[in-house]
Amino acid sequence: MNDMAEALRIAVTLVLSGDGDLWEIVLLSLRVSLSATALACLIGMPLGALLATQRFAGRGAAIVCINALMGLPPVVVGLMVYLALSRSGPLGTFGLLYTPAAMIIAQTILIAPIVAALSRQVLEALHLEYDEQFRSLGLGRVAAIRALLWDGRFALMTVGLAGFGRAIAEVGAVIVVGGNIDHLTRVMTTAIALETSKGDLALALALGLVLMVLALVVNAAVHGVRNSEGQLAHA
Amino acid sequence: MTFRALTLALALCCASATSADTPSILVQSTTSTANSGLYDNLLPRFTEATGIAVNVVAVGTGQAIRNAQNCDADVLLVHAKSAEEAFVAAGYGVSRQDLMYNDFVIVGPADDPAGVAGLTDAGAALSRIAEAEALFASRGDDSGTHKKERALWEGTGADPDAASGDWYRETGSGMGATLNAAVGMGAYTLTDRATWLSFGNKGDVAVLVEHDPALFNQYGVILVSPDRCPDVKEEDGMAFIDWLTGRDGQSAIAEFTIDGTQVFFPNAPE
Amino acid sequence: MRDFIETGRREAPRLTLSDLSVEIGGRVLLDRVEMAVPRQGITTILGPNGAGKSLLLRAIHGLIPHAGRIDWGQGAAPRQALVFQKPVLLRRSVAANMAFVLGRDHARSHALLAEMGLQDRADQPARRLSGGEQQRLALARALATDPELLLLDEPTASLDPASAAMIEAVLRRVAARGTTILMVTHDIAQARRIADHAMVMCRGRIAEAGAAMRILAAPATPVARDFLEGRLVP
Ligand SMILES: Nc1ncnc2c1ncn2[C@@H]1O[C@H](COP(=O)(O)OP(=O)(O)OP(=O)(O)O)[C@@H](O)[C@H]1O
Ligand SMILES: [Mg+2]
Repeated sequence: MNDMAEALRIAVTLVLSGDGDLWEIVLLSLRVSLSATALACLIGMPLGALLATQRFAGRGAAIVCINALMGLPPVVVGLMVYLALSRSGPLGTFGLLYTPAAMIIAQTILIAPIVAALSRQVLEALHLEYDEQFRSLGLGRVAAIRALLWDGRFALMTVGLAGFGRAIAEVGAVIVVGGNIDHLTRVMTTAIALETSKGDLALALALGLVLMVLALVVNAAVHGVRNSEGQLAHA
Repeated sequence: MTFRALTLALALCCASATSADTPSILVQSTTSTANSGLYDNLLPRFTEATGIAVNVVAVGTGQAIRNAQNCDADVLLVHAKSAEEAFVAAGYGVSRQDLMYNDFVIVGPADDPAGVAGLTDAGAALSRIAEAEALFASRGDDSGTHKKERALWEGTGADPDAASGDWYRETGSGMGATLNAAVGMGAYTLTDRATWLSFGNKGDVAVLVEHDPALFNQYGVILVSPDRCPDVKEEDGMAFIDWLTGRDGQSAIAEFTIDGTQVFFPNAPE
Repeated sequence: MRDFIETGRREAPRLTLSDLSVEIGGRVLLDRVEMAVPRQGITTILGPNGAGKSLLLRAIHGLIPHAGRIDWGQGAAPRQALVFQKPVLLRRSVAANMAFVLGRDHARSHALLAEMGLQDRADQPARRLSGGEQQRLALARALATDPELLLLDEPTASLDPASAAMIEAVLRRVAARGTTILMVTHDIAQARRIADHAMVMCRGRIAEAGAAMRILAAPATPVARDFLEGRLVP
């Protein structure tokens, strides 16, 4: 209980003091997780749209696989990416291990299945509604998918947020491929893990509170975009 | 949406180019040195003297050695002498040098159910803990500390593995997480003194057993072999090792204190 | 049994269905339909709920697989549009729904919206329109594709009398320009007002087809008679 109050006090002090290290960590967290979310959306949403609209052999198996991949443990993703990017691994020559780029790659792999699976769900409902109309208008596949993605954009924003939430909150993947290196790859979650391991629970909790505020700000920003585009009116 | 996402991704990815302009080396290290704050003290001095930045990945000794075997390090700084020697013998490292030492201590709940307080024989203390079936938290992660703990059990004749999950609790985690678990459960555990001193969540756990020569904890430093790993920054890595084992590094280690207590004792050969 | 509509003029029909059947999940929903739709004028399809009217329009439109033949007279299928019984509108503004079909032809979009009395709704989200307004927008969008064959599934079902009259006027104008209109309606009075030809459907078959005036005044088959007199239970 004491720790809670102390954590709150530290969190407020940290934020108000404009602590340089904290901001560095916060910005890196945002950069890594937002990049990963953007990349995962670029991969996952068209993939979800394909699965939602096209009928092909193996589609059912593909859907089951992607749904199952949603449950990938972050540390497993981290290990796979570590093995690939390790200097002795197949992609070692790029020298990406222990850089933010490696963390972006790992988080992208972690959340792309989530984005794809949820997008498929959202777009399939929309596709059922629009399909005959689009065929009536003689729309091609690509045009139809583009229209679906656009009309599903508000639901897809929530999908993106779900991916972002998982990315910003995970520690298992980034700590393995990023190494939690001070001033280079330390993000909010790995900093929290570090402070916990140092037994500085109040500081760890304070960082956790800052992380929650961060997630809140991102969600509120997206919510703002939705409302300004009149989501209610289009429901 | 897609277009905006694309632009955002590109912008962020382009911005992610790391500071490749300043030379830097990668050190795989044990958590105890990192968590104690030793590096915060040493590294700025080294960087100031040489212009080389040092990136430290702090993991358990076992994992640090494995990462170095994968060539994901220029320098290895750990505390498990026989594993380090095996690492060098297998050709992964160039040569191992003693760097510094400190000691392990057995910490445990203040009410001390096994009655080990004040003992200076770690083996005897572990025997009593096993006899009393008092909770003992083990790292269980193949770290340097874990290896030391296993070696201590060897000498007692007790078989903690038979009690695994009962009174012998293997956390499979780092020293900090294991200490948090020990504090939470009221268990005994083996920890290096530096981590213990800088640990912030001691609860009612205290140092009970210390000053046994068997608790000696030697740290070594190794350059990863450039023959085996062509990407190793041999020159910069060697500069770091030379600095650490030289006069400046050794005195910096000696000057580092936690709450006024010296925690690492330099002992690199002249 | 071949139920050809008497066309008055000797002109090839817009389309001829022969032996058209649709079976879904083991149920025969359209049963060997034979019919011809004249090129000129408005043809209405009447029939009880579940008769297969909507299904017939969708089969003609090529949206569902079917057995049998659809013959388009000379050449390929004409440009055609279908306004669904439940209008499908995009989650965009009224104007954007028009632009989806028309591209940047704002003048045309404006003219069509005006024709449907929707000119001051252009910026409103389409799915916030009233049911009747949505139906009118769906019709405007269908007209925007310049169809040679316009398939309408109860286009005035939820319109108030004035709007229905407005739509009827539009349909007459469109038909006069040479577009073939095939529409389903439950409004027998409306069929009397605007239909040139009529057919009565029941249980996946065409019960009777012919000139609207004749059928609506004096149906020849018992099924059509029962339906028009309000006695037919589906
Ligand atoms: N996709 C489908 N799968 C199974 N049955 C269907 C399907 N579509 C329509 N039906 C069935 O076909 C029959 C005819 O449906 P249809 O929609 O053509 O009726 P309708 O004549 O348009 O009726 P209403 O006047 O109520 O609009 C109904 O019994 C319906 O349950
Ligand atoms: Mg119908």
